[in-house]
Amino acid sequence: MFYHALEIDEGNCIGCSRCMKICPTEAIRISNGKAFIMEDRCIDCGKCHEACPVDAIFIKQDDFKMVHEFPHSVALLPAVFLGQFPDDIRVSRIYAALKDLGFKHVYEVESAAAIYADVKHKYAREHEDDEPLISSFCPAIVRLIQIKYPSLVGNIIPVKAPLDISAMYVLKLLTEERGVPREEIGLFYVTPCAAKIAAVKAPVGEKRSLIDGVINMDALFNKVYRRIKEQGKGYAYTALQTPQLSADAILSTLTNGERRICLAKRSYAIDGIQNVMDFLDKLENDEVEGVEFLELRACDQSCAGALLSCENRFLCGERMYARARKAAERERNGEVARAREMDAYRDYLIENSFAEPAQARSMLTLDKDLSRAYQKLEKINKLKMYLPQVDCGMCGAPTCEAFATDVVCKQVGLTRCVFYQRHLERLDDITRQECLAATRSVWGEDPIGDNEPPEVK
Amino acid sequence: MHQEYTVIEGDFTNAGTASSSVKKTLKQLGVAPQIVKRVVVALYEAEVNAIAHAYGGKVLVDIEADKIHMVVADKGPGIPDIAQAMQEGYSTARPEVRDMGFGAGMGLPNMQKNVDVLNVTSEVGVGTTVEMIVNFV
Ligand SMILES: Nc1ncnc2c1ncn2[C@@H]1O[C@H](COP(=O)(O)OP(=O)(O)OP(=O)(O)O)[C@@H](O)[C@H]1O
Ligand SMILES: [Mg+2]
Repeated sequence: MFYHALEIDEGNCIGCSRCMKICPTEAIRISNGKAFIMEDRCIDCGKCHEACPVDAIFIKQDDFKMVHEFPHSVALLPAVFLGQFPDDIRVSRIYAALKDLGFKHVYEVESAAAIYADVKHKYAREHEDDEPLISSFCPAIVRLIQIKYPSLVGNIIPVKAPLDISAMYVLKLLTEERGVPREEIGLFYVTPCAAKIAAVKAPVGEKRSLIDGVINMDALFNKVYRRIKEQGKGYAYTALQTPQLSADAILSTLTNGERRICLAKRSYAIDGIQNVMDFLDKLENDEVEGVEFLELRACDQSCAGALLSCENRFLCGERMYARARKAAERERNGEVARAREMDAYRDYLIENSFAEPAQARSMLTLDKDLSRAYQKLEKINKLKMYLPQVDCGMCGAPTCEAFATDVVCKQVGLTRCVFYQRHLERLDDITRQECLAATRSVWGEDPIGDNEPPEVK
Repeated sequence: MHQEYTVIEGDFTNAGTASSSVKKTLKQLGVAPQIVKRVVVALYEAEVNAIAHAYGGKVLVDIEADKIHMVVADKGPGIPDIAQAMQEGYSTARPEVRDMGFGAGMGLPNMQKNVDVLNVTSEVGVGTTVEMIVNFV
């Protein structure tokens, strides 16, 4: 079973079904007036979180207090974190706030971008037969392929994320060069999205993550921003080394960031989950030829549009571009980017950056046994002919087809369909009480309470 | 399980309708991904041929628990020399079809490679019927 970072707070959920309708993998149903997530279908993309009008879908994170439990707490920041802040807030102030909040060290995970690219290139050179190679950068995409495009799992490049490489590096640096005992080091990943949390807690193809805790980027942003505002003008801290990412590294999390430096003759960078699915459908049919590399990201504008971003995706993206332009200028002037500091451990990091390949776990398969699956599919097809195909969602499933599948595979009652109810009424085969009970089993008691409805003239 | 689709001459935008829908069905059945791929590739090529070389036609698909049986039957000019048409690289595709990226003469050889049974029958001036079977195990 997948670990999921997304959870529904039943107390808050109003059962409005917006999440059900937007979920790209049809992983949400409504029952008893509440939404619930089918765990084997959820890819943690977070579309439901965006759509929820009452913030009932939340993203689990670790307790921030954990940061104080380690003498050497390390914040592993995604580059988009700095992109959250307005231009008038200088990096030194952000770092000062991070220090005050309890972090002794701060690293941007994209420091590993150069090594990460080298590992992918090495893999690509040795696996030309598996083309098109698909980047495993976005964990929601990896899960999407596992459940919906099982024939493509072998095309995913099985390497660890820049985050994992940075974590390995920081541990080496602190334990070997600074002599800090491992148990005094706490690695905290500041995550821009739910999928990355899930990947840290239950990594695809890896046994265990080095990360001790996960903090949501929006929560940290609020803490840092408040701190800066409280401290006023003169607030800055210079002892922490401020980040010196290369231009390539800064851009790597944005759309085209991997593609622009990949070595493939033909490649595509696709962002937005629907765009990705449209493309993978074609790719699976062998309709796209000669593709060597694919950069696929679940969010529009990639990580600049991440779920836990507090900033508009385009504003955040432009700040990162501005920063990359400055870095490129420094590189042209011969100042070496700090990303190269990892080169001291290059061989070690490359060697340890390969992961086990992802496994297929198709959500579409109706039964492990082919002939039983066949019988179920026949029933589903027969049912589909009776259903209205309007996808109204009144049955608590996103489409008539999904409902037919639930009826056959999960023994959901067919009377949940309001059209079927009318049908039975016509034949005098159902009582009004039974209709009411069926509708309430989806939407709960509230929408059709026992009070008199208002009079409308 | 029986499925039917219509293909229309020159309607390249809908090439792949039958194969995509068949793909979904086979995934639901849990047919191994490599086999699904073979079916989809072969059916797609046959669909495109009916669109590109003939005046459209019908796709008839029958899925059983252990195999899939596909027939793509068109009304069209027919194929005068089937053995020749089966050769890799042989193509009579018109320039406008070539401009769309078809016409490498690889369609029929690709079908041959991917299916367990392939029967091509054709009558010049009447039409062509391509019958294919892929076993699931
Ligand atoms: N349904 C058909 N009706 C008439 N002629 C056909 C039909 N299918 C194939 N042919 C003939 O056989 C030739 C070879 O077909 P094949 O599918 O192998 O290659 P192609 O369609 O020309 O190119 P490609 O499939 O690589 O895009 C065609 O060029 C055409 O002359
Ligand atoms: Mg052809």
